[in-house]
Amino acid sequence: MSENNRLGVFKTYKLYVGGKFPRSESGRVYEVTDSKGQWLANAPQSSRKDARDAVVAARKAFGGWSGATAYNRGQVLYRVAEMLEGRKEQFVREVAASEGLSKSKAAAVVDAAIDRWVWYAGWTDKIGQISGGANPVAGPFFNLSTPEPTGVVAVLAPQKSSFLGLVSVIAPVIATGNTAVVIASADAPLPALSLGEVLATSDVPGGVVNILSGVTAEIAAPLAAHQDVNAIDLTGADAALAKELEIAAADNLKRVLRPQPVDADSASDSEDWQASPGTHRLTAFLETKTVWHPTGALGAAGSSY
Amino acid sequence: MPTTAPAFADATASDSALRRFLFGLPGVDAVGLEARAAALGTRSIKTTAKAYAIDLAISMIDLTTLEGADTPGKVRALAAKAVNPDPTDRTTPRTAAVCVYPDMAATAAAAVAGSGVKVASVATAFPAGRAALDVKLADVRDAVAAGADEIDMVIDRGAFLSGRFLKVYEEIVAVKAECGEARLKVIFETGELSTYDNIRRASWIGMLAGADFIKTSTGKVATNATPANTLLMLEAVRDFRAATGVQIGVKPAGGIRTTKDAVKFLVLVNETAGEDWLDPHWFRFGASSLLNDLLMQRQKLSTGRYSGPDYVTVD
Amino acid sequence: MASAFEYAPAPESRSVVDIAPSYGLFIDGEFTEAADGKVFKTVSPSSEEVLSEVAQAGAADVDRAVKAARKAFEKWSALPGSERAKYLFRIARIIQERSRELAVLETLDNGKPIKETRDADLPLVAAHFFYYAGWADKLDHAGYGANPRPLGVAGQVIPWNFPLLMLAWKIAPALATGNTLVLKPAETTPLSALFFADICRQAGLPKGVVNILTGYGDAGEALVTHPDVNKVAFTGSTAVGKAIARSVAGTDKKVTLELGGKGANIVFDDAPIDQAVEGIVTGIFFNQGQVCCAGSRLLVQESVQDEVLDALKRRLSTLRLGDPLDKNTDIGAINSAEQLARITSLVETGEAEGAERWSAPCELPSSGYWFAPTLFTNVTQAHTVARDEIFGPVLSVLSFRTPDEAVAKANNSQYGLSAGIWTEKGSRILAVANKLRAGVVWANTFNKFDPTSPFGGYKESGYGREGGRHGLEAYLDV
Repeated sequence: MSENNRLGVFKTYKLYVGGKFPRSESGRVYEVTDSKGQWLANAPQSSRKDARDAVVAARKAFGGWSGATAYNRGQVLYRVAEMLEGRKEQFVREVAASEGLSKSKAAAVVDAAIDRWVWYAGWTDKIGQISGGANPVAGPFFNLSTPEPTGVVAVLAPQKSSFLGLVSVIAPVIATGNTAVVIASADAPLPALSLGEVLATSDVPGGVVNILSGVTAEIAAPLAAHQDVNAIDLTGADAALAKELEIAAADNLKRVLRPQPVDADSASDSEDWQASPGTHRLTAFLETKTVWHPTGALGAAGSSY
Repeated sequence: MPTTAPAFADATASDSALRRFLFGLPGVDAVGLEARAAALGTRSIKTTAKAYAIDLAISMIDLTTLEGADTPGKVRALAAKAVNPDPTDRTTPRTAAVCVYPDMAATAAAAVAGSGVKVASVATAFPAGRAALDVKLADVRDAVAAGADEIDMVIDRGAFLSGRFLKVYEEIVAVKAECGEARLKVIFETGELSTYDNIRRASWIGMLAGADFIKTSTGKVATNATPANTLLMLEAVRDFRAATGVQIGVKPAGGIRTTKDAVKFLVLVNETAGEDWLDPHWFRFGASSLLNDLLMQRQKLSTGRYSGPDYVTVD
Repeated sequence: MASAFEYAPAPESRSVVDIAPSYGLFIDGEFTEAADGKVFKTVSPSSEEVLSEVAQAGAADVDRAVKAARKAFEKWSALPGSERAKYLFRIARIIQERSRELAVLETLDNGKPIKETRDADLPLVAAHFFYYAGWADKLDHAGYGANPRPLGVAGQVIPWNFPLLMLAWKIAPALATGNTLVLKPAETTPLSALFFADICRQAGLPKGVVNILTGYGDAGEALVTHPDVNKVAFTGSTAVGKAIARSVAGTDKKVTLELGGKGANIVFDDAPIDQAVEGIVTGIFFNQGQVCCAGSRLLVQESVQDEVLDALKRRLSTLRLGDPLDKNTDIGAINSAEQLARITSLVETGEAEGAERWSAPCELPSSGYWFAPTLFTNVTQAHTVARDEIFGPVLSVLSFRTPDEAVAKANNSQYGLSAGIWTEKGSRILAVANKLRAGVVWANTFNKFDPTSPFGGYKESGYGREGGRHGLEAYLDV
């Protein structure tokens, strides 16, 4: 039988929560089409309960992931790049279909996304050095500031850049030890759902990244109001939704990363995802902890320590 | 009085038991200790409180001469000053004691006889303490025989720093036995013990061994009494009384030269050990030049004028 | 404490400070009346004596002040950093020169002991300006890229517990980075900010760079919601912090919030006990416990609980409560009748819920607002006094058995500002410090502050950091 005549095997796209691949507890799916309106797949349409479950999974994973050594996290992130490299073709196909790009442009986007994992893999054990350090206080004290992950971060992935943008918002959140509940691009969720499959085989502990697809506002609202979520990245929200979510986020004083710039037209991602990302997405979800300890006065006259 | 308080009899049962006991004491954080001492040093003691403190401080002085060049004449002059510190004001209290070498104890005793001023004598091969135990005990015997009311012994810092705590303890016990009626002050030479943890441990060895006073230093090394090491020793006697009911005195010695300094130490006593220690029987200053500064300040308070060195006696 | 050694009164002289009968708002370099002519009185909390009458800013005044700050921004932000630095150095030095005057003023208006304003508040105020002065021409090296830009006009609202110190924390980094500002001090402590306005005048600071509006919460709200404010900095209650966070939603205003806390001070059985007791006292009785980072929950290992509590009670009995201007006073007045009522009510709740109350035996003055140092034992995590910020001289004592339990209890709070650890074991300090969810961890010390040291909270204690290099970020467009 020639290949042309072979009936293809469709993939059932599923959510990625707690290292597992559940369907939406609501049983709902929605049609995902390519840029020309052609049906690509059905994606799970997540509910508030899926969001809640994802937060539980992310919280459960936080202790282990934030407690892992920075070197270990770096290796895990690098492993994601390695795994993606081997599955490039699949992502090129999904990105091309989702974003209406030519194969060569989609390939460039996927290459950039893989390289982004490599960039952040290298940051895990350096961000503490550039954003922390010893403070020369005026007294006999050792004083050290260290950045620490803030906790569970809800991430509204960009709506347009379904893969490079997605990677660019996930990787910095988890590089520093946070865990993430990610809402994929509503119209183009397939690369995100496939990324879950890669993460599951890349030594990323279950629950560190949780990926939900569906209607952004429906999933985001319970996350923004959730008292056990520490921060929210509003990149994928339009101005009206961003404002609404920021208000809800104030209930437990979540750290909020607003869309850049805040009045971005929802029709286009305002960020240039190809540009060098800098460190602001790393530092946006870090807390600075400052520890003091007396030093005594070695060598001073008399009994001093 | 038992030489070892019954509550802690086990602590001195063996070298290892004593070591375990001493290393089980809470540690001392140097910065915190010094900060507390400094904070108490900012108390502002004025008018009536200052007058009280000055007279109390004078009455707590062990007026001291410990020089190779000491002579009977020098000691008699010092004794006269102790008995009558300010010839222009007979209301001035006497000092607690005069403190001399053993060979001057008899001279001092004769000079202060009947005044209530005690004779304290250093002993045990002061200040280094590097002599055989029987030599040290003979030193103590001599001083007591010569009329010393109080013995200021030095501990064996060599033994302490090499970890032979029971030796330090037993030596104090032996000296105490030799003292008879005389009260025993145990000098740690805190500047040589070097750490606050060591000072706390030494304090407990001294208290367990039956010291009547624990005393910071000889005045012969670079660092003597400081507010911090005195505060630490006040905490020790406070805790010891709380545990055993036995009250023990504290004597900072060396380096306390001004009224301001002395008042700070009295604040430490007041707010750490408490008012039961605000008594010459339980707190002393080992000092010499301090007295004249206290006298000048006393004159200032009574006359309103600042005094000068020509208005107090040089002895 | 009845002792033979009674300390005679040692009051600091009031004559070093000259408080005018009335003050205006400081807008565009001039003192002016409020647009609607409203005024309010500020009283000394230790005596209820009226100290002065100050203008009460309203929305129109806020608008005027923001306009003045906007106008001044262009030139101020264009000044070479080295010139801005020199203004700040001038301010630091004038504060040092006038520190006794300001300390007495602060003690009068706030009620805290002169010992604290003299030895803590004022030295830290001067140091903060001195520290940030040096940053003004070094921003390229601060780690935020080359030539980082200021945000514009900052609206700053500060509390009454450290009036001048909180002013310094807000104003010094704002000016160093090239912003102009409008600051509103708390209504119960307006005076030191107005004296600071005079210091700006003495330093020759250009008009409109610093504007001071005295007033109530409505003025603060008008300020933080003003559309031409680019940056909001707030220190105060978590409830107001949340309201601010809601109010700036959908804007491009940058926000830093320094809010409440319920700091756990953890004492292990191998702690340096005498210093730990001092640290507990400093932790909760410094500034009458009206400190956001107070160590208001004592977590003590069960095996040393009795020993620590006995020592603590003995120590609390020596605290001297009374005239804040007396140099020997350890515990001053509560800042206001309102705050006293809040403390009293929470303490009553504590008793009603079955916690065991002990208060230091001290006589309270007949006028003014006072509360005796108090501790609650038999407290569990479920008690209100273990969860709610009391913001007063009230310590809740809880026990724990293992380090894991201590950490779990310490972190079991909506807040995450401060924590203390007392143990002589180095590895335990590091392990516990690592697990505590708090922005400042004091190990074998407590309530230490320094301009170089970042300060700020996790969770509902707010976000952003003040102090150090980190404190610059709040005022830069980065």
